[in-house]
Amino acid sequence: MKNYIIKRLLLGLMVLFGVILITFFLTRVIPSNPAAQWVGPRATQEQIQQATIELGLDKPIPVQFIKYLKDLLNGNLGYSLRSKQPVLNELKTYLPPTLELIFFSTILAVFIGIPLGVNAAKNKDKALDHFCRFFSIGAVSLPTFWVALFLQLIFYRWLDWLPLGGQLDTRIKMLYEIPKYTGFLFLDSLFSGNWIIIKDVFSHMILPAITIALYPIGLVARMTRSALLEILSEDYIKAARSYGLKERLVLWRYALKNSLGTTVTVLALSIGFTLVNTFLIEAIFSWPGIGSYIATAVVALDYPAIMGVTLFSAFSYILLNLTADIIIALDPRVRV
Amino acid sequence: MIENRFIKTLKAKLKQFRHSVFLLKRNKLTKLAFYGVIALFLIAIIVPIALPSNIHVDQDTNPIDKLLSPSFEHPFGTDELGRDVFKRVLLGTRISLNTALIAVGIALLIGVPLGAIAGYFGGFVDELIMRITDIFLGFPPLLLAIAIAAFLGPNLQNAMLAIAIAWWPWYTRIVRGQAVSIKERQFVKAANAIGTPSMKIVFRHILPNCIAPLIVQASMDIGGVILTIASLSFLGLGAQSPTPEWGLMVSTSRNYFLNAWWYSIFPGLAIFFTVLVFNLLGDGLREILDPKTRKN
Repeated sequence: MKNYIIKRLLLGLMVLFGVILITFFLTRVIPSNPAAQWVGPRATQEQIQQATIELGLDKPIPVQFIKYLKDLLNGNLGYSLRSKQPVLNELKTYLPPTLELIFFSTILAVFIGIPLGVNAAKNKDKALDHFCRFFSIGAVSLPTFWVALFLQLIFYRWLDWLPLGGQLDTRIKMLYEIPKYTGFLFLDSLFSGNWIIIKDVFSHMILPAITIALYPIGLVARMTRSALLEILSEDYIKAARSYGLKERLVLWRYALKNSLGTTVTVLALSIGFTLVNTFLIEAIFSWPGIGSYIATAVVALDYPAIMGVTLFSAFSYILLNLTADIIIALDPRVRV
Repeated sequence: MIENRFIKTLKAKLKQFRHSVFLLKRNKLTKLAFYGVIALFLIAIIVPIALPSNIHVDQDTNPIDKLLSPSFEHPFGTDELGRDVFKRVLLGTRISLNTALIAVGIALLIGVPLGAIAGYFGGFVDELIMRITDIFLGFPPLLLAIAIAAFLGPNLQNAMLAIAIAWWPWYTRIVRGQAVSIKERQFVKAANAIGTPSMKIVFRHILPNCIAPLIVQASMDIGGVILTIASLSFLGLGAQSPTPEWGLMVSTSRNYFLNAWWYSIFPGLAIFFTVLVFNLLGDGLREILDPKTRKN
């Protein structure tokens, strides 16, 4: 198993290196005039020249690549064209709200997706199973950005139950001082102990979290169902049943435990997808996270910013997959 | 006698095909999806031909009729320039299907030969190609498509290319798996023994035997690709105004949707139904072709 984990880590490193290589080609080699692209359409000749030197474009490509690697190791992702700030700093400020969203959507995926999948497996080929199948295919087919608009129409425009967007009502922001302990608004509001703030922060979270949770809920439910069905036909389940154990115990303890490997993998994958889905919906909810950041960067063709988010997301995705693979390898039944 | 054998195999294939269609139609949901896909293709082909005047729907602006709610005259209402949303949604069908088919086609063109070569030759070539697919799969597909489309420049052609580049590794993997098992079969060994060139074996013997699983996979992918195109367009990286592309329509509607719900709801529904129909069909196809779940 040790060997497997080492091998898997090496593969992870190799993929990471490859991802960096691809982004290098995208930014420096493929564009006809990378320096001009890097500094934006309104740059002066001098700025372009400066960027040429800064990016090392006057040197041969292998040298450029080594410089690119060095810059990345030093956390130098370039400067945003719009704000002129280092991209890395901007990523740091935009990250917490996005992580909050991903966290809540993952919780929803676990607490709705797994029970849905278990019950679908229990009632195979009955109404609930069909509903589960339809729900999961439907969730994968829904355009996330449209769901966001649809929910806003219903819960803001027509029912007026929930706020349109943002993280906090401006009036509350002006009236109360919110302590900044962690940088995560939700945690900070809990620490403040002020019920009005907590309620407001939570109500702003509901719509965006549900919107991006739909996809992982469907995925988790579907994979849990199929993994469970496979396990339920195994001998030890039959043995457990023939002992007269309660069906609930057999299902939720004996069977579910062994299907969790699948669930963990799917969850790790879906967190990666959720991160990319925030690119589509954060701007709709005026959510001040990475998704809004890249969405505006795309419209303004702010290349350093786009590349920064791309690298960050790819790194997290690789890390998530690695974690999932290692967790599965820790399962004693998997002999690797 | 050769002809006789040919007809025999053809008949067998036909029988197999009929059986597949029978199985396809037995599941109600899959049957519905099957007809849905046919309807979509009919809309995509017929609408632009049957209503030639509406080809110019993008120029067909009429400020007086802007943002009218759905009525008998405009079943899906009108947009901010007074264009009929229903007509634009119908016209969007062709754009979505076209771009999705081309994107999947390019991905197949890149992925399939690479997979066959990796599987057939094995060794270092195999290792190299498969590690490259690993790298590409290190990105979530939509993320890679966004990055590529942004750097190539925002338009529909580049979006298609970007999606193809994000998608090909899946096909390489499928074909490689097939090729590894097929190359051990007698007929390939025989071809090898009589000195057939390797490339000829790959293209004449290996590839034709990979077609069935590829078709299933590709048909399952169409839904996801349509969704990705709509997402890219929504972000401003795909179709550009005034193209009647669904994702772009939802994107433009954002400025008006609180007072004109129809403007964003209907194009979004079109995306949803199209993707759903393809996914349901793909799901049904997989169940039919998977011998574990295939019941006679």
